[in-house]
Amino acid sequence: MLTLDRVTKTYKVGSFGGSELRAVREVSFSVAPGEVVALIGESGSGKSTIGKMILRLLEINGGTIRFEDTDVGKLTGSALREYYRRVQGVFQDPFSSFNPVFKVSHVFDLVRNSYFGDASKAAWQARVSAAMDTVNLEPGQVLYKYPHQLSGGQLQRLLIARALLLDTQFLVADEIISMLDASTRIDVLNLLGDLRERGLGILFITHDLSLGNYISARAIILRRGRIAEMGPTAEVFGAPLHPYTRMLLASVPQLHAKWGALGAEERAGAGWAPSASEPCLYHALATPGPVAGLAEVGPGHFVGCVNPLDDGSCGRSASPVS
Amino acid sequence: MSLKVNDLRVYYRTLAGDVKALDGVTLEIADGEIVGLAGESGCGKTTLGNSLVRLDSRMKMVGGSVELDGQPLPVDDFEAMREHRWKRVSMIPQYAMSALNPTRKLGQMVREVLEARGVRYADVRPELERRLDLVGLAPAVLARYPIELSGGMKQRMVMVLSTLLDPSLLVADEVTSALDVSSQRAVAQLLQSFRDHGFVRSMIVVTHDVSILYQITDTLAIMYAGKLVEKGPTDEVMARPRHPYTRLLVSSLPEVGVRYDEERLSGIPGSPPSLLNPPQGCRFRDRCPLAFEKCVEEPPMRDVEPGHPVACWAVDATGAPA
Repeated sequence: MLTLDRVTKTYKVGSFGGSELRAVREVSFSVAPGEVVALIGESGSGKSTIGKMILRLLEINGGTIRFEDTDVGKLTGSALREYYRRVQGVFQDPFSSFNPVFKVSHVFDLVRNSYFGDASKAAWQARVSAAMDTVNLEPGQVLYKYPHQLSGGQLQRLLIARALLLDTQFLVADEIISMLDASTRIDVLNLLGDLRERGLGILFITHDLSLGNYISARAIILRRGRIAEMGPTAEVFGAPLHPYTRMLLASVPQLHAKWGALGAEERAGAGWAPSASEPCLYHALATPGPVAGLAEVGPGHFVGCVNPLDDGSCGRSASPVS
Repeated sequence: MSLKVNDLRVYYRTLAGDVKALDGVTLEIADGEIVGLAGESGCGKTTLGNSLVRLDSRMKMVGGSVELDGQPLPVDDFEAMREHRWKRVSMIPQYAMSALNPTRKLGQMVREVLEARGVRYADVRPELERRLDLVGLAPAVLARYPIELSGGMKQRMVMVLSTLLDPSLLVADEVTSALDVSSQRAVAQLLQSFRDHGFVRSMIVVTHDVSILYQITDTLAIMYAGKLVEKGPTDEVMARPRHPYTRLLVSSLPEVGVRYDEERLSGIPGSPPSLLNPPQGCRFRDRCPLAFEKCVEEPPMRDVEPGHPVACWAVDATGAPA
């Protein structure tokens, strides 16, 4: 339903915008209805930038994002408004997503004013209570309170309910549970699972590998704006192809196995670089796969270049480190 | 015995009354021990850490006592604590990245902080450089401004600075929460090595992330609504949690390898009680699946086995639920 084709985003940085920062480089993937795709990356990998481009909160600099038959980048005015009827986002910080001056029902009223101006009061109430029902909230208990009177988990579920008021088919969930407590975050995750069963496509953006692994059918590992690895979640986590994925997995704190000793480079925290002996799977495979910049190693399991340079060439072959 | 906290009560003054954030916590920490404090937001874990180092004007110590290395620690006297702060007790605050003065080069800042404590910078400089090297920072960072460092580098700088005078007790509050998984691991393991090198004698690590605590702590203390509910050797508590709250908390954690499709985890229903007017008896009883009549009385901390006390009526001396 949602397809990204070689999407690129360049930010102008520095004084007077003199230099450029390429936050997202030629990223291609798609999300099907009823599918949760986890977009996993560290800070600065461009994961939120991709989410914001899908939501048209940022301009797209290169490539196209298509939602069904529409080119998202070209939408304006009422067409964009109609797009938001079907594609919605929920963000990281539920506390700052609400205006503290108004009761939480205000966010619902805003949706009503923009999209359901001619709906009768009864029809609107029915819509609100259906959405609240989906997220397991009692309207009477939460709707007429102020944001500070509710917990983060309740606020986050309210925001998901807000997104569901429209005829939402696609949800961008950007770090929606990283600010929640362990005891409530799993409920919000399970809620995403319920929504998936209703046919929603969900892009679940996270830096937490265990959360991404829990809920998603497919996982995409981003590194410096490029896809390092993409595939069925069980394969990406079970048999990772890219050394970067392996490094991330080794860093995740687990509950049954303790970390080994740190290497000197990891200790220095200088940023990860593949070891010189690591072969480049992408450049070893001569036949390019169906997705630009990625080689298909197993069915639906793609891997990118092990150490791409700025111009896209392979850092491995260009400058072998001795 | 390095630290003895006896029945410590710290309340927050608010217009609505006193918030009993810490309501009778007794805790002992041995030399060389790393204790992890875990619990939901608002359970008092940060308050406990803060009150050992710096009680601010909103906080009021209502009862109890703190002893460090056999001498009383005047935690409720802000001025008297100046003598002890940084030299005997020190902390890495929750937002260590914003704890550095942006208008000073790091070396200059260290010099000013040291001289305010009557310590000559030149005397400490060789040791400072040695420790910077240990955490993977070049001495050249001392000539840089904080803005020139990455988040992980700033975090390491603050770690070195907090422990420069070899305090007996270090409180590390959510030091890994804002970091990427790879630097999270490096910082967590550095904390452990600070203890091993004897830079700090004992440590309290506060975080909501139980899996980090499992990796680096010797003892795990679980808090709920201003009280300790369970404390024991980390491996023991994680493998055989006894308190119903600990059990639910541990079982709600998704791990790499656990998938929504195969195993649906659940959170803890309900939310913690208000600490303005906490209920009589066990504070977890409204959410507890094992609650019975006895729970209206307050459960004492009883050893289910040596060194593993639990505050629950439903857990008898053999550790099995009654």
